[in-house]
Formats: sequence, C-alpha cells, structure tokens
Amino acid sequence: MQPALLLSFLRRWWPAWALALAACHAQAQQPTASPPLKVVASFSILADMVREVAGEAAVVTALVGPDADAHAYEPTPAAVRQMAAADLVVVNGLRFEGWIDRLVRVSGYKGPVVVATAGVTPRRVNGEADPHAWHNPAHAQAYVENVRRALASAAPAQAAGFQARADAYRQQLDALDQRTRAALAAVPAGQRKLLTSHDAFGYLGEAYGLTLLSAQGWTTGAEPSAAQVARVIRQARSQQVRALFLENISDPRLVQRIAAESGAHVGGTLYSDALSHPGGPADTYLKLMSHNLDAIRQAMAP
Amino acid sequence: MTLHELLVQPFTEFGFMRRSLVACLALGLSGAPVGTLLVLRRMSLMGDAMSHALLPGAAIAFALAGFSLTAMGLGAFIAALGVALLAGWLSRITTQKEDASFAAFYLMALAAGVMIISAHGSPVDLMHVLFGSVLAVDDQALLSVAGVASATLLLLAWIYRPLVMECFDPGFLRAAGGPGATVHLLFLLLVVINLVAGFQALGTLMAVGLMMLPAITARFWVQDVGPLSAVAFALAAASAWGGLLVSYHLELPSGPSIVLTAGALYLLSLLFGQRDSWLSRRLALRAHRVA
Repeated sequence: MQPALLLSFLRRWWPAWALALAACHAQAQQPTASPPLKVVASFSILADMVREVAGEAAVVTALVGPDADAHAYEPTPAAVRQMAAADLVVVNGLRFEGWIDRLVRVSGYKGPVVVATAGVTPRRVNGEADPHAWHNPAHAQAYVENVRRALASAAPAQAAGFQARADAYRQQLDALDQRTRAALAAVPAGQRKLLTSHDAFGYLGEAYGLTLLSAQGWTTGAEPSAAQVARVIRQARSQQVRALFLENISDPRLVQRIAAESGAHVGGTLYSDALSHPGGPADTYLKLMSHNLDAIRQAMAP
Repeated sequence: MTLHELLVQPFTEFGFMRRSLVACLALGLSGAPVGTLLVLRRMSLMGDAMSHALLPGAAIAFALAGFSLTAMGLGAFIAALGVALLAGWLSRITTQKEDASFAAFYLMALAAGVMIISAHGSPVDLMHVLFGSVLAVDDQALLSVAGVASATLLLLAWIYRPLVMECFDPGFLRAAGGPGATVHLLFLLLVVINLVAGFQALGTLMAVGLMMLPAITARFWVQDVGPLSAVAFALAAASAWGGLLVSYHLELPSGPSIVLTAGALYLLSLLFGQRDSWLSRRLALRAHRVA
C-alpha cells in the first residue's frame, strides 16, 4: 500500500480505528492494574468465602484442605512457604487453629492476620468458646463482612468490586437461611431433636431451634464396639430422637440396623469442619450448609 | 449386675446382638468341620491365604458395583477360587508344591487388592468392611451365611468318606481308584464359600479366625474327625457368645473380641486339655514315675 493511500484510508475511517485502539488500550490496562492478592486462609470453608468475595482479584489457598481435619493439622514446609509469600492471612479465630500463631512466627509473615469471627458472640461450651461459628448463617454474614473489609484495605483500588460481590454473596446466604426456616417450620418444635456424634453443630442448633443431643461415648475408633451401638440405640429410644447422625460408620448395614432398632432415621454425612473435595456434595460453603440442612430436615420429617 | 444381665440380657434387649450371634453360630457350624479337615490335611494356613486371595475380587466388584454385598461376595468367590484352582493346577503340572504356588498367588492377589482399593479411594472404607462388621449383619447376610452353612454340611456329607480317607491315606485312595482330585477340588470350593460367607458377616480375617482356632483347639480334647468337628463347633459357639459379651461389656471391637476369645480358649486348652496339653503331659509323667 502506498503511503498516500494509507493516509487517506486512515483519515476516512478514523472513528473506527480510534475506537479499536482505545479498546485495545483499555483491555491491556485492566489485568496489569495490580497482580492478584495472595491470600492464605486457614481452612477450606474460609477459603471458599474469601474466594466468593475476592473473585478474580485474589489467589486463595487453604492450609487445611477439603476433607481434612483442622484440629489435627500439622503445618508442612509448603504451608510455611505459602504463608511467607502471602499478602493477607485469614483465620477463623476462637482458638480453632491452635497452630496458627506458631506458623505465622516461623514463616516470618508480617502482614495482617484477619480474624473472621471478630465481632461474633461465641457460644460457650463448658466455659470455652465454641469455634465452629460458621454453622450459623447469621455468623457467616459477619465472616463475609470481615473478609470484605480486610480485602478492601489490602487492595483499596478494588474495594467497590469486593463490596458488590460480598453483597451478592450475602443475599445468597440470606436466601438459604429463609429457605431453611420455611422448610423447618413444617417440623413441630418438639420433634426437632437430633442425636449426633459431632460436637460441631451447636451453632446450627442455636440458629434453627434444634435440640442437639450428643451420642454418648461414640468415639472415632475404627470399629464400633457392641457397647457403643447398644448405647446409641438405647439413648435414641429413651429420648425419642427422630434423627441420628453418626460419624465414622462406614458400613451402611450398621446404619440400617441402628435405625431399625432405635426407631430413628439415620441421616447421611454432615460436613462439619471442612468442605468435600471438588465435585463432592459440599464443595462450597453454600452447598455444605444446604447439604447439612437438607439432610437434617429429611431425617426429621415424619 | 446379675448373672442374667451379664450373660443373657444384651441378647434379649438388642436385635443386632442376636443377629451377630446367629451369624457366628451358622458360620461355626459349617466352619468347624471344614476347619477340622484343613487341620488334618495340614492345610491350616490355607484359610489365611485364601482370605487374602479374595481381596482383589471383592475390590474390583466394589469398584464396579459399589457397596453391594452380592457383587462383592461373587467377586471374592471368583478371585479366591481362581487362586485355588491355579495353585492346584500348577502343583500338578510342575514340581512346585501346592503351598508354594498358593503363597505366590495369594501374595500377588493381596497386592493387587490393596492397589485396587487405594486407586478407588472411596467414602466407604472397604478395608473396614473387610476387617469386620459383625454388628451389621442384615437379613441378606444372615440368609447367605445360613445358606452356605447348609450347603456346606450337605456337600460334606456327600464327599465325607473319600475326603477323610484322603486325609489319612491318600495312597490308598489313589490305589483304590478313588476320586482324589475331584474331592480335593470340592473341598477347596467349600473352604472358599465358607470364607466368602464369613467375609459378609465378620470380615475376612476374623472369619478365618472363627474357622481355624476352634478346629485347632479341638485337637487338645478329642481325636476322631466327628468328635473333633463337634467340639470345634462348641468352641466356636462359645467364642462367639463370649466375644460378643466382652465387646458389649468392655467396649471392645466385636470381631477381634470373638477371635481373641477363641484364642483364649486355645491357650487354656493348650494348658489344661485332655490330650497332649501341658497338664496331661505332667500327669502322664507322674503316672509313669509312680508306676
């Protein structure tokens, strides 16, 4: 193309190329505005909440991954490395992560450690604060707000985006809460009893007026003894419990036996301290809550 | 605590205790003669080898069909029978002894089973199922255990004479043109189906314990095959009853409690049995000295 021709071409079509250039410029500028924040969350449920609020603006890693137990966590060298490189660390607090202070010290991380339960009034169990506060959706709202505030101060340029995502997420939490209340309203108050081997669902019971009885002496040993099975059956019979949730029964036949002899419905797994693996029934916090609440509602339905 | 509360009440109050007991009694009824014959044929470790050999079959069935006892039982049956037939066949066409071939195949089967289970890491812990669920006996397991016990007793009655003859004098049976190989094969089949039935009710390894320990213990009391089987059954029944009570009162896992009760009976018989025990030897020695 000759220079004169090119010039006339550019002149004739100038609105088009000017627009295209502007678009290219804008596109190139947006992702390079700031590299994503590196956020380390102490466990999978918290990491999911941070992801919901931060969106693309952060890369979130969970120290205690899906299906893993935060109580029995042993920090690994990889965790120390992640922590050292992090821009923001988010923990549950209420002594849920007894190991976190040591890990922060060892890694040399100097940034803020955000406590997601800040401002939550904890339940007291034998004088100690119960850390499993996320099982109450109202407290989850507080988690989201704490996370949003921390993200906004770590990356002020994107505060508006965080606000919008947090608002949308909180609406989803609200919707879940409303749905659950409506569904549980069908169960008479006197029948909202469940017997569980978990000690983690106090907040859930508090939120929805459920009476939670703990399965006495149900240990997490590999094979339950005849004594344990007998005790659970006897307890369910005498307290007229409608729903049983027992950890660590991997044999579905044993579940059926207990149900047949106690007259209670034996519900499925309740997820307490960790999400399931991706693709599982509880791989996000919202799915975890609706899975648990559905299981409980179904088990208590007459 | 009254004696009734100690020994009977757990079974009257809880259905699962009764079911566990009945399943063990049925297993003991067929396991006793099978175990006795295994001991007499010097194949006491065969049961153990077989119980490992069925692992890959159960694991593959589990991976394909999920937690279905029928599928797992069938898979276990095919795998264990395959190992038994291969080992038996190899011992006939090579100079290898049957137990050596057995060891080779069951070790491979065991490793394959562990590999399959690990590859299909599932929410239901298959190992837990294999190691014991005597408290979880349901109608189907009860029926299959009872069916296997009945079939075993019938088949044993049919092949009893040549089987016992082969135990004591295989040369004679062969010379008389008896059906040695067929009988041996049928007997292996019995071992396999008893282990598969046991695996549905007790967990594989515990099932071997309930089969072999009473049979070995019985040798301290009587001598002939019939009485041996009867005493072995009585010991198995006592172990099941005692073991379940131990599990109930002392909060111990049930499968191991039953097998360890059988083990305790073995040790007691070793010391105080009628034949060949520590006590009988002492008495015989004293009688000898007096005389």
